[in-house]
Amino acid sequence: MSESESRLRELLLRGLAGERQAYHQFLRELSVFLRAYLRGRLARLPGEVEDLVQETLLAIHNQRHTYDVSQPLTAWVHAIARYKMVDMLRRHAVREALHEPLDEESAIFASADHEAGDARRDVLQLLARLPDSQRLPIQYMKLEGRSVVEIATLTKMSESAVKVAVHRGLKKLALLIRDAS
Amino acid sequence: MKTDDLIGLLARGAFAVEAGGVRRRYAMALGWGVSGTLLLMLFWLGVRPDMARAVLLPMFWVKLGFLATLLAGALVAALRLSRPGVPMGRVALAVVAPVLAMWLLAAFTLLGAASGERAALLLGMSWSVCPFYIAALSMPAFIAALWAMRGLAPTRPVLAGAASGLLSGAIGALAYSLYCPEMAAPFIGIWYLLGMMIPVVLGGVLGRRLLRW
Repeated sequence: MSESESRLRELLLRGLAGERQAYHQFLRELSVFLRAYLRGRLARLPGEVEDLVQETLLAIHNQRHTYDVSQPLTAWVHAIARYKMVDMLRRHAVREALHEPLDEESAIFASADHEAGDARRDVLQLLARLPDSQRLPIQYMKLEGRSVVEIATLTKMSESAVKVAVHRGLKKLALLIRDAS
Repeated sequence: MKTDDLIGLLARGAFAVEAGGVRRRYAMALGWGVSGTLLLMLFWLGVRPDMARAVLLPMFWVKLGFLATLLAGALVAALRLSRPGVPMGRVALAVVAPVLAMWLLAAFTLLGAASGERAALLLGMSWSVCPFYIAALSMPAFIAALWAMRGLAPTRPVLAGAASGLLSGAIGALAYSLYCPEMAAPFIGIWYLLGMMIPVVLGGVLGRRLLRW
């Protein structure tokens, strides 16, 4: 557990410093733990697991500025995953679906699950519902891999406005995902 | 969309994140909130005319200290609630302790007073308007505090809204205490507290809706 904690933490800190490779690796390794954690707790709702993995990953990405370096990563990730899970359960008004009533923080990195199931909801379709000013920068940057400078020229926005639009767009996307399920 | 594709999408546009974002956000919110509340107080009510004499009285500083301690406790609570997975620690004690201290002081004041003076100590001259003024003055700070919290990730939205309300309530009460001539501990322990409870309840109610993410 503590090995995963220190490894993932290092990857995240490098990612927060702007290293994309490290951040990519962080999200990939984290998704494996998240999947196992959620699958273990949503035994009665197996169809929800992959959607919730994606929702939690998006939340972690959107809220990465709230991670405090002095805080254990385990506690931060667990609180987000749990918040998203409880929110989903509340939405579905499913009672007593929690596998274990007493839930330990340390359980988050305890087991791994590499087999991604199928997400039922298509994030790309939801992306289409964002306003152009937010959708286009996300599409250019994240799907077509263009740089901020290129997008700024394409959309006639300033570079910082592009970054803000991407950030706001992804937050909006998280709300759309939440309300769609 | 496959999870791996989503991860690729998120990683491709991950810019460097500056450290200390939460603190900067709160510093900005406090700056705007305190300025807004103070300006509202100055233009609407003004500073009490006997301020020069008031600052010589110990009770003036007890009142200010009480409110400043509450403000500090509420700020710590809000900062902790704004981040996922941060334990609350003894922050509840830091919020309750100044209230208990004020009530203790109020009890001694009432016990030491002649029976005919007790009503005046409890009601002062402005009990009916005090909570309303405090709640109204706290509104600029209330908006700023909720704005700060909304950009962060509270996993307990009701509590996070209530803490934002207490933070702004304490700011409103501090501003009001520069105008309000009431100095009796029983008055402060009841009516000031009631005034601060209005944004607390409002924050809790709004938090459930506004602070979800």
